[in-house]
Amino acid sequence: MSEKVLMKGNEAIAEAAIRAGCRHYFGYPITPQTELAAYMAKRMPKIGGCFLQAESEIAAINMVYGVASTGLRVMTSSSSPGVSLKQEGISYIAGADLPALIVNVQRGGPGLGGIQPSQSDYFQATKGGGHGDYHLIVLAPSSVQEMADLTAKCFELADKYRMPTMLLADGTMGQMMEPVLLPEESGVTVEKPWALTGTKMQREHNIVNSLYLKPEELEKTNFDRYEKYSIIEKNEVMYEEYMMEDAEVCVVAFGIAARVSKNAVVEARKQGIKAGLLRPITLWPFPSEAVKKAAEHCKAFVSVELSMGQMIEDIKLASECKCPVELCNRAGGMIPSPEQVLASIKNVAGGNE
Amino acid sequence: MVVFEKPHALCDVPLHYCPGCTHGIVHRLVAQAIDELGIEGDAIGVAPVGCAVMAYDYFSCDMVEAAHGRAPAVATGIKRALPDNIVFTYQGDGDLASIGMAETVHAATRNENITIIFINNAIYGMTGGQMAPTSLPGQVTQTSPYGRDVATAGFPIKVSELLAALDGPAYIQRVAVNNVKNVKQAQKAIKKAFENQIQGKGFSLIEVVSSCPTNWGMTPQQALDWVEEKMIPYYPLGVYKDKTSEEGEK
Amino acid sequence: MTSKILIAGFGGQGILFAGKVLAYKGLVEGKQLSWLPSYGPEMRGGTANCNVIISDEPVGSPIVDDPNVLIVMNLPSLDKYEKAAEKGAKIFVDSTLISRKVEREDVDVYYIPATKMAQDAGIPTLANMIILGKVIKETGVVSFEGMEDALKKVVSARKANLIDVNLKAIKAGYDFE
Repeated sequence: MSEKVLMKGNEAIAEAAIRAGCRHYFGYPITPQTELAAYMAKRMPKIGGCFLQAESEIAAINMVYGVASTGLRVMTSSSSPGVSLKQEGISYIAGADLPALIVNVQRGGPGLGGIQPSQSDYFQATKGGGHGDYHLIVLAPSSVQEMADLTAKCFELADKYRMPTMLLADGTMGQMMEPVLLPEESGVTVEKPWALTGTKMQREHNIVNSLYLKPEELEKTNFDRYEKYSIIEKNEVMYEEYMMEDAEVCVVAFGIAARVSKNAVVEARKQGIKAGLLRPITLWPFPSEAVKKAAEHCKAFVSVELSMGQMIEDIKLASECKCPVELCNRAGGMIPSPEQVLASIKNVAGGNE
Repeated sequence: MVVFEKPHALCDVPLHYCPGCTHGIVHRLVAQAIDELGIEGDAIGVAPVGCAVMAYDYFSCDMVEAAHGRAPAVATGIKRALPDNIVFTYQGDGDLASIGMAETVHAATRNENITIIFINNAIYGMTGGQMAPTSLPGQVTQTSPYGRDVATAGFPIKVSELLAALDGPAYIQRVAVNNVKNVKQAQKAIKKAFENQIQGKGFSLIEVVSSCPTNWGMTPQQALDWVEEKMIPYYPLGVYKDKTSEEGEK
Repeated sequence: MTSKILIAGFGGQGILFAGKVLAYKGLVEGKQLSWLPSYGPEMRGGTANCNVIISDEPVGSPIVDDPNVLIVMNLPSLDKYEKAAEKGAKIFVDSTLISRKVEREDVDVYYIPATKMAQDAGIPTLANMIILGKVIKETGVVSFEGMEDALKKVVSARKANLIDVNLKAIKAGYDFE
C-alpha cells in the first residue's frame, strides 16, 4: 500500500487528475488556484501530457472543448471570476454532451471581489451557470483527501454520463495541506464512439455540435438530457451524516463550512443539544431525500455557508418548509467560526432562554 | 465523360448559401485540397459561428461546431490531443477578427500546427448585414447606415498584415475568389496551408477575400466587381509571411 | 490531545516553513493534522501566518482562532494574537524582535532570543527553527526524535545539504533554557 503524503489541496487535485488519466490541462493564472496550474506545468511535459497556459479563461475552456470532443480526459481550473468567463464554453460543452472537468477554487465576489475563500458560486455551479437548460455534476470536497478522491470521481462521472462535471472547492481547501492517500492510476475504459478521431474512411463523419435550428429537435435534446439528469439524481447523490440519527437540529454545510460546523456540532452535543451534521458531497444532484428525511425528525435546519445564503434555498425546497431553516453565514472571504455556528444551533434549538 | 466532379470530402447535400456567395467556392477548394492530399480520414474541421456555421454538415470529415470566435482555441485543443490528425478551422471576419481576435492572434503566435481558412467578406452575413471589423471605410451596413465612419468605428483590420508581424506563424497568404485566375491561386494557397500542417510547419492562415451580394445589396456580378475595385485595393493579395522554406520540420 | 498551533511573523521569516516542518513531523508520527497558510499579496514583507493542527482525532476545522500553542516572531503578531490564545496556552516569543512582555497571566510564556541566537550561530535565517525546537521541547506536540525524517520530506532534494543545519538549529532551541 502506498503511504500518505502531505499535499496542498490544489496539488492533490492535479496529481489525482493525472492518475485518472488526464493528460491535457488548460488554464489561466488566478489566485487562489495557481498551485494546480504550476503542478501541471511541471508534471505534464514529463509524462507526455499537455499543459498550456491559454490567452484567456475563454480560450482555455474552448481548448477543453476541443480535447473533450476527441474523447480524451481533459480539465481546466480557475477561481470565481475566471469561472464566470468560462461559462460560455461550459454551456457549449453541456450542449454538445461532452465529458470534461472544471475546477473552481472559489474566492469572494461579486466582481473582482477578493482572494479569500468563499462559497458564493453555489448558484452558478449548481443551477447551470451559463445560458440554457443544463446541469453540471458538482462535487464539493471538504478535505484534501476528498480533493483527490472526488477529482477522480468527477472524471468517472463525466465519462459515464457524457457531461461536464465541476469540483467546487474554495481558497482554504486549495491552500491547506493534509495527509492524503493518492488514488491508484486508473485507465479510461469508456467507449466513445461519438468522439472525433478522424473517420479513417471507415465510418460516417462524427459531428460534435450544440446547434439545432429546428426547435422541436432542440427540445428533444433538452428532454433527453433531463431524462439523463433524473437518472443521475437517482443514482449519484453523495452526502455524509454525522450524529444525525437522533438529531433535533440539522446543520447543513459543505466544504470548509462543514469542517467548521462539525466542531460546532461536537460542542453542541457536549452541551446537551442534539445537533447533527448533514454534509452534501454532491451539490448537484443535491441530497434532497436526506434533507427531507431529516425534516421528519428535526425541528430546525441551520444552513452554514460562505455566502449570503444560496444552498439554503435548496434546503427549503427539499424540506418542503416542514421546519424553519436559519442561515449562518459569512461572506466576502470571511469564514464563520464554530462559535457562530454553535450560536445558531442554540438559537434554533430554543435553548437560549 | 465526367468534366466536373464533387470532391469526396464535400457531403452530397445542398448548401444553404445565398446565390452568388463565394462560400461555396471556398468550401469546394478546401474539400478538393483534402481529397488531393488524401487526408479526409484524418481531418477534423472546426466550424465557426457565422454564415458557415453549418459547415459541419458539408464536410465529410469529422467536424465540431465551436462557439463564436473560439475555433482556434478548439482547434488547439484537438491538435494537442491528436497531433497526427489534420485540424482546420473555417471562419468568417466577425468570428476571427472581432470576437475571436485573441484566439486568432495567440494560436498564431504559438505557431499551432493548424490550418485556418478565413473568409473576409467585410460584413456579418448570418445576422443580416452588420458592420464587420473588415468593413471598408464608408461602407454602408445595417449598423453603419451612413457609411463606416473611421472616426467613431475605427479602421478595418488587415488580418494578414497584422498576423504577419508576429514571429510565430508559419504561413500567411491573402487570396480572392472573384475570378478564375484568383480561384486558381486560392486553390494552390489552401492546399499549401494543409501541406504545411502535414509537414509539421505550423500555423497557416489563408485569408480569402470574398463577396456577400445579399448583404452588400448587389447582384452576384456587381459583388465580384466590387471585390476587384474596392476590396482588393484595400486588402492586397499576396504571401505575407512564409517561414516554411526557411525552417526545417517543427 | 489536539494542538492548535498558530505561527505568525513577517513574510520571509520562514513562518510557513516552520509550520510545514511540524506538519511533516506529525505525518511521520502518524498523527491527524492540517496546515493552512495565510495567502495573498500580504505575504511578501507583510505579515504571514500559518495554522497547524496536530491531533490524535480527525481534524475538524483547519482554522485556528484560539490557539493553545502560539508562536510570535514580531510585535504586530503578538499584539494581534495575544488575546486570541486559549486560557492555559503556551506562547513562544522571539525576544530579540519583541521587547514587550506578554500581558496575560493565564498563559505560559517562553521568551527565546531566537533571532539573536541564529545570528550568533551564523545561521541568521533559521530563527524559525530555533524557536520551533523550543516549542517541541515545551509542548511535546511532536517528538524531537526522528526530526531528520521530517526535514527530509520538507527540504527539497536539491537543498538536502541544508538538513543538517536546520536540525542543528532545532536542537539549539530544544536545548535552550
